Amino acid sequence: MTNIRTPVERSDARIKINGKAEYVGDIRFEGMLYAKTLRSTRPRALIHSVEIPPIPEGYFIVDKHDVPGKNRVKIIADDMPFFSEDRVNYIGEPILLVVGPERETIAHILEAITVTYSDIEPVYTIEEAEKGSAPPLFGSDNLFASYEIVKGDPISAFSQASIRFEDIYRTGFQEHAYLEPQGAIGAYENGRVTVYGSMQCPYYVKNALIQGLGWAEDRIRVVQTTTGGAFGGKEEYPSLIAGHVAFAAIKAGSPVQLVFDRAEDVRFTTKRHPAIIRIASALDAQNRIIAMNMEIKLDAGAYAGLSEVVLQRAMFCSTGVYNIPNARVRGSAVATNNVFTGAFRGFGGPQATFAVEMHMHGLADRIGEDPLVFKRKHLLKKHDSTVTEGTIRQEVVLPALIEAVTGPSDYRGKLQRFQSTKGTVHRGIGLSVFLHGCAFTGSGEKDKIQAKVKLRKTRDKTVEILVSSVEMGQGPQTTLKKIVAHTLGIPLENVIYENPDTDRVPDSGPTVASRTVMIVGFLLKKVAEKMRESWNSAPEFELQERYEQPPFVQWDQQRFKGDAYPVYSWGTNVVEVEVDSLTWEVTVKGIWAAYDIGTPMDERIVRGQIEGGIAQGLGYATMEVMNSSEGRFMQESLFDYVIPTAVDLPNIHSTLIENEYEYGPFGAKCAGELPFVGAAPALASAVQHALGVPITRIPLTPDYLREVTQGED
Amino acid sequence: MKIDFILNKKPVHIDTDPLRRLLDVLREDFYLTGVKEGCGEGECGACTVLIGGEAVCSCIVPVGTVANEKILTIEGFRSTARYRILEKCFIDAGAVQCGFCTPGFIMAAESLLSENPRPDETEIRQGIAGNLCRCTGYSMVVDAIQKASVQGKGLW
Repeated sequence: MTNIRTPVERSDARIKINGKAEYVGDIRFEGMLYAKTLRSTRPRALIHSVEIPPIPEGYFIVDKHDVPGKNRVKIIADDMPFFSEDRVNYIGEPILLVVGPERETIAHILEAITVTYSDIEPVYTIEEAEKGSAPPLFGSDNLFASYEIVKGDPISAFSQASIRFEDIYRTGFQEHAYLEPQGAIGAYENGRVTVYGSMQCPYYVKNALIQGLGWAEDRIRVVQTTTGGAFGGKEEYPSLIAGHVAFAAIKAGSPVQLVFDRAEDVRFTTKRHPAIIRIASALDAQNRIIAMNMEIKLDAGAYAGLSEVVLQRAMFCSTGVYNIPNARVRGSAVATNNVFTGAFRGFGGPQATFAVEMHMHGLADRIGEDPLVFKRKHLLKKHDSTVTEGTIRQEVVLPALIEAVTGPSDYRGKLQRFQSTKGTVHRGIGLSVFLHGCAFTGSGEKDKIQAKVKLRKTRDKTVEILVSSVEMGQGPQTTLKKIVAHTLGIPLENVIYENPDTDRVPDSGPTVASRTVMIVGFLLKKVAEKMRESWNSAPEFELQERYEQPPFVQWDQQRFKGDAYPVYSWGTNVVEVEVDSLTWEVTVKGIWAAYDIGTPMDERIVRGQIEGGIAQGLGYATMEVMNSSEGRFMQESLFDYVIPTAVDLPNIHSTLIENEYEYGPFGAKCAGELPFVGAAPALASAVQHALGVPITRIPLTPDYLREVTQGED
Repeated sequence: MKIDFILNKKPVHIDTDPLRRLLDVLREDFYLTGVKEGCGEGECGACTVLIGGEAVCSCIVPVGTVANEKILTIEGFRSTARYRILEKCFIDAGAVQCGFCTPGFIMAAESLLSENPRPDETEIRQGIAGNLCRCTGYSMVVDAIQKASVQGKGLW
């Protein structure tokens, strides 16, 4: 058998290339009806009345009255209704569905419905929320969550500092822009509901349906359809629309398909949280950081969603890859009348990492030290303590990862040479050093998820993987199969792994947090080892395995103390840019990247994760601009929300340094989100180098670059 | 309106509203669901088909304008030798992730290689600039098309 790293043909490649793969919009059931959503046009208002004219036979209105159970989408806080009740809290909030056989007729019915509102003073931004002139949207403080972490004694460290340096960093909204828009089909038959859909978390959807329908769980089935990209955007959001199609299917007595058009998807589904992050550092006489004081504020939008967990991850990686002996980190998730923000690749990490990396760069500039030299002085090492006082248990290979990008890119040479560049084209080179905590934050895997996996040996000697993890492009239908095939010593073709159907698969947790290979893959490896031992015991049998926390993990969820993550993956990026000071356009000229993700389960699939993650991260830092004006996004399509195309990016030079993890399959750690995390700060550092002005905000729009540069003159 | 055209090498005849999008006609009337709708405004290329050999976003083409044209979709193209080379090279280069954009990229690649059988990297990047992919960062797609142009020498 070949090495597990060696690339194999992806299981899902042919059917996707030849167009036979069925996505949710490609599925048609007999008698299937279509649905379209009537949405709030107000950012914050009470609903006075909804006037619905007579509608033709065969058409249905589905609203709050059609929710048989609790009209709340089960995520964390139970604050978001499936359909508005007496009020709306963001533009686009679903009020009702119109369902029927002809899309054109549905559109006419939607146009004829009149909703009368009485407006309430809205809250559009974090700053406005802090002013507190409008009534709070959530609780009495208008915060979905607020936390504080204190490590050591930051107050006395700041009082002893010889240099103090402070700045504020800002990051914007980001749209997932998966190519397949959100969609789901509900079907009601023999007293059972089945929802088919594009999703990351079949059991999140099932649990949301249990609550929304108020039914026993055996009457509810969720089937993932081939999913055309997700990136976190199909983590919590599908629970909302799954409810919609389930309620509609029950009312209409026919299958109902709801597929968003691009404008709906861009305007009304979750986004990455905008952040305002203030960091103050205290340096001693030797220019070493002795303390940091941080404040992280996230714009959570109108409903709680997953914001508290996003905030936790942002806080837990707020000091980056650096050993900071004393720290105070406060964080808040602020309610505003924007679309609720949510999961997006990196999950709070990109915002915090951008801030701390730019801060380290700013600090180095402030004391006149080379940024890389300054960063290297502070790198975490094995046995060091994290911001939550967890222990770094693995060897930290950052010095080697730094060499792997600085050498091939000629980082040091270009850092010197580019300073002398004249004319309107400014060249710059930047570097980022970063980590990503693998799998769920804190005790999530042990207390919340408790993953289960099953493996079934069949009479024809094939082995079926039964897990709720989904293929959404990131490759588990290949990598998880490889793990099982390698462990059992059977050909890859003899391992089966279909899209999950909750009637058949146990809950192995959501497909999020870069946890699939490391957590689910490790469980599959363990169960496959047991199956190998008992292979000849029966022609047909099934084995199950349940998650156990590695024995060394210590975590206090109340105080945020201990190992926020069992292990970390690490990375370095170098980005080279040209900035034209006539147009203020940033052109990426070179990208070098190195990672420690443990053992790659397939080098080609990992390369795909790296390159795609970097592309999204560079888009986030540059062209992906999403502005909300009075609760309405100014961008409504892929025409005005611009993502990178093939001409925007050069080839990416990437390397892996293997550093095996004992509790990952074949030594694997996490890989999916990490490549996103480092791209924006590397690019922003390069622009800072090119223009010679501090960069504290992304995206780097021409307006912003003009402003910071001219501000310096 | 009655409209005749050649769809995947077979003459077809429909009677429909000429303003309907070609995309909808292909997906709904002919069940050609390999043609995907990603944006509905000609930005993403997921619905790319060839009209008279030229790659076009079928979401912005009113079906009334294709009378007597030759239309090729992934369903018609996938039985060809050129397709088999592209499929192999997309697999070998790792150009497929979520797959939603992939049939559109295959059609764009066919159009590009038909016009320019040995494109360099820049020409490939320009040739697929009308197709969006959110998963790969494009380099592996570029590699796939480059491999196809070499391995499929003489086919285009």
